[in-house]
Amino acid sequence: MPSTRAKDRVNDFVIKIATVNGTGSASANGLLLKSIFRSGVPVVGKNYFPSNIQGLPTWYEIRVTRDAHRARSGRVDLMVALNPETYARDLKDVISGGFFLYDSTWPRPALEKRDDVTVLGVPLARLCNENFDGVRTRILMKNICYAGVLAALCSIDLEIMRGLLGETYAKKPKLVDANMAAIQLGYDYARANFECPLGLRVEKMDATRGHVMIDGNTAAALGCVYAGATIGAWYPITPSTSLMDAYKGFCEKLRVDPATGRKNYLMIQAEDELASIGMVIGASWNGARAFTATSGPGISLMQEFLGLAYYAEIPAVVFDVQRVGPSTGMPTRTQQCDIHSAAYASHGDTRQVCLYPSSPEECFEFAVTAFDLAERLQTPVLVLSDLDIGMNDWMCPQFHWDDGYRPDRGKVLDAEQLAKIDRFWRYYDHDADGIPYRTLPGVTTKGAYFARGSGHNQYGGYTEDSTEYQIVVDRLRKKWMTAAHLVPKAVIEPAEQATDIAVVSLGSGDAAVREALVRLRRSGFHVDYMRVRSFPFGEEVQRFLAGHRLNFVVEQNRDAQLRTLLMMETAVERSRLRSILHYNGMPMPASYVAEGILGVIAPDRPAARLVG
Amino acid sequence: MTFMSKPKVAHPDLPRNALGLTRRDYEGANSTLCAGCGHDSITAAVIEACWANAVEPHTVVKLSGIGCSSKTTAYFLSGAHGFNSVHGRMPSIATGANAANRKLTYIGVSGDGDTLSIGLGQFCHAIRRNLNMVYIIENNGVYGLTKGQFSASADLGTKAKRGAVNRQPPIDPVQLAITLGASFVARSFSGDKAQLVPLLRAAMRHDGFALIDVISPCVTFNDHEGSTRSYAYTREHYEEAVHADFVPFAAEIAVDYADGAAQTVALHDGSRIVLRKVEADYDPSNPGVALNAIQQRMRRGEYLTGLLHIAQDAPDIHALDSTPDTPLNAIPFESLSPGGDALRRVLEAFR
Repeated sequence: MPSTRAKDRVNDFVIKIATVNGTGSASANGLLLKSIFRSGVPVVGKNYFPSNIQGLPTWYEIRVTRDAHRARSGRVDLMVALNPETYARDLKDVISGGFFLYDSTWPRPALEKRDDVTVLGVPLARLCNENFDGVRTRILMKNICYAGVLAALCSIDLEIMRGLLGETYAKKPKLVDANMAAIQLGYDYARANFECPLGLRVEKMDATRGHVMIDGNTAAALGCVYAGATIGAWYPITPSTSLMDAYKGFCEKLRVDPATGRKNYLMIQAEDELASIGMVIGASWNGARAFTATSGPGISLMQEFLGLAYYAEIPAVVFDVQRVGPSTGMPTRTQQCDIHSAAYASHGDTRQVCLYPSSPEECFEFAVTAFDLAERLQTPVLVLSDLDIGMNDWMCPQFHWDDGYRPDRGKVLDAEQLAKIDRFWRYYDHDADGIPYRTLPGVTTKGAYFARGSGHNQYGGYTEDSTEYQIVVDRLRKKWMTAAHLVPKAVIEPAEQATDIAVVSLGSGDAAVREALVRLRRSGFHVDYMRVRSFPFGEEVQRFLAGHRLNFVVEQNRDAQLRTLLMMETAVERSRLRSILHYNGMPMPASYVAEGILGVIAPDRPAARLVG
Repeated sequence: MTFMSKPKVAHPDLPRNALGLTRRDYEGANSTLCAGCGHDSITAAVIEACWANAVEPHTVVKLSGIGCSSKTTAYFLSGAHGFNSVHGRMPSIATGANAANRKLTYIGVSGDGDTLSIGLGQFCHAIRRNLNMVYIIENNGVYGLTKGQFSASADLGTKAKRGAVNRQPPIDPVQLAITLGASFVARSFSGDKAQLVPLLRAAMRHDGFALIDVISPCVTFNDHEGSTRSYAYTREHYEEAVHADFVPFAAEIAVDYADGAAQTVALHDGSRIVLRKVEADYDPSNPGVALNAIQQRMRRGEYLTGLLHIAQDAPDIHALDSTPDTPLNAIPFESLSPGGDALRRVLEAFR
């Protein structure tokens, strides 16, 4: 074996697995991720998959991180290269001193030589062909066999793996045995042929107690169930579809009346996104908590209806799981590129309440917040997560639920309250907070009003009168000011030492920024941090930006959409805001942020000298 | 168009329905449409049907899209909630509203532009879901608010006011609805209240999607010679295939029908529709027969009207998805949110 091996990296390394999609590798990858998590060691799992069902290259990255970082690392210590089509680029990705594991059943004349990488050949196909029957079984087993090889190489506990398989295949114990046999094959081969474990190894810790591995779409769906949402209308679109699938799954378990078998929820697969948002608006207008999940193209199609809901003042909850645009873009890659199209969705003077969760736990929390805000403010609320949060498993603190929670249904007048008033005026600002009262259909004739997207006065009547029109839109502006006090505040974390330099980010950018800040601090650079969590911005956002000479705005789109929004919606000077932009579709690694900041504040200091 | 406001007083001798309400209680704001517009006659028929069915005004929801027709929901039942949505998208608003509260009566009013061009997709899918609503198309063959462009329902060869001839074949909502499996499909004429009112009454009680395509001449842009949607043309080329009489629950079928000429359809609430076949061979329960007859007449430039197709017991979204009888918007939060203990159990699977 070459001597240029990676030095010991206990609980701090990255395995990347390159396969062909549709071959069953997802279960092996999930098994590896969970096994490490169950060993008490923090992990990050990232899936880079094609917009395709079968036959194209796909990668899965497992970052073992004893410091519990949540971002993608960007480096690869051990490449499991099972797709000959991508051998060349996969080999290039491996860090100097790293490992390259491939299926040595077939020769690899085209494989480039790299002297600084240790190549490990395992005849996975041959091992499985000799031990299993049937073409499909052999392919599936080959893709679980490598989990056994990795267990030996990185010292992952086989008993934990067996336990996980037992849970997965609780009703098919035969599958547990077959999978374990394949794992054992790989394990034994590695033990017999390589020096195990490698320097990259898992050592049990106790750092995952009280945590779960969950993706943001599942967490958001669970939030919808807990918020009491009864109607979900959607049109399938990557990467949001799994949110609706999860909602369905939870409802089947938690929302079916055991006595009658009746379902306390209704899911409608719409004909397109125009219809899905229309259904949400219709249902919310009629007093149900309703939501939809979509991605950028869906947000484009929903624009007209979102304007109607803004102007006619109807609640609606929209989850926008952002993906790479423009147009169809790259549907299975991540970006934060809908910040503008969500904030000002629709023609005319519209502005929409947006929430920016940074993790699955915040997807759960913000799902509930979104319904409360939508009904309190009688307006759409768009929850902007992204593919990275929505579809990757993140290690999260266990979610908690306050059984004392009751939904905020906002200012809805019931029959009794209506009986006490002389006349009901739908768009009148009784409380001077810009939020009018509303009524639901089917209650009394006294509460009846006509919802419309055409010009209306504060009493709810049609108007083409300038003054009457303006009273309503000015009051909507006032409501927007009220919203700025109700939405989740920005999270501000001052550095250990006073500084006039800050970083601003939102959503999934949080993971890379936090890790970058740790690295900068270790190198002696102190930077304040603000994570914006909602639009409209609260006063704290303006104060923070104005309090720093230089604010690095870190976001995952080309056009600096957050920075532009900050410039438009706060009084801060443009010169105080400097962009760090990452928009290649992969989750942003911490090094990108750290180097971006250092390049400006310490241009003479080589980035490579950063600690950690 | 009138700017006078309507006084809300009713003469003591006005007839009252089972709820003690007069027709005035079912009126809405003053119409702002052109004098003589067919749509206003339809509005009057809706008021009459709601009064006669003794429906409580606040249990009705009025829905519309954009266009002259869509304005009319403001002109009836001011005691009902109304929703004037965006162009062509009323069906999705109706779907959501119905999903939230299955107990209310949903009346949608649309036009031929709103339904057959910009809204064709949503119209088809509302039928496919058998959305429980009355869907009225006020069909005049032109875009009125934008001053007289042909709509997708304009017949081949029909003439615009300034002489242009339509060269594209029409989309017929009635045939489309039948092929899509709609459970109640009717055609009528704004000038035939005797036909339209019982159709509306039956449609309101029908469980499922009830389409009534009402030919409703546009006096301003499509009532000239050479138009196939003028009052004159419609009166001359209009024939009833099946006349529907609506008989409310508990009322006796008073009219005598000749043997074999009448057929009774029982509705879920116990009321009945008595179908009087004007054409002997017509069978409204058979979509093939219905389509054939409609097409034959259409080739002759004639409109076949009446209750052209009816199918009972088609499930709607609530039936297909087994939602409870209690509307989803009225289920207590305690039954919806599973609580902290359940959350801990759910999250076990993610450890």
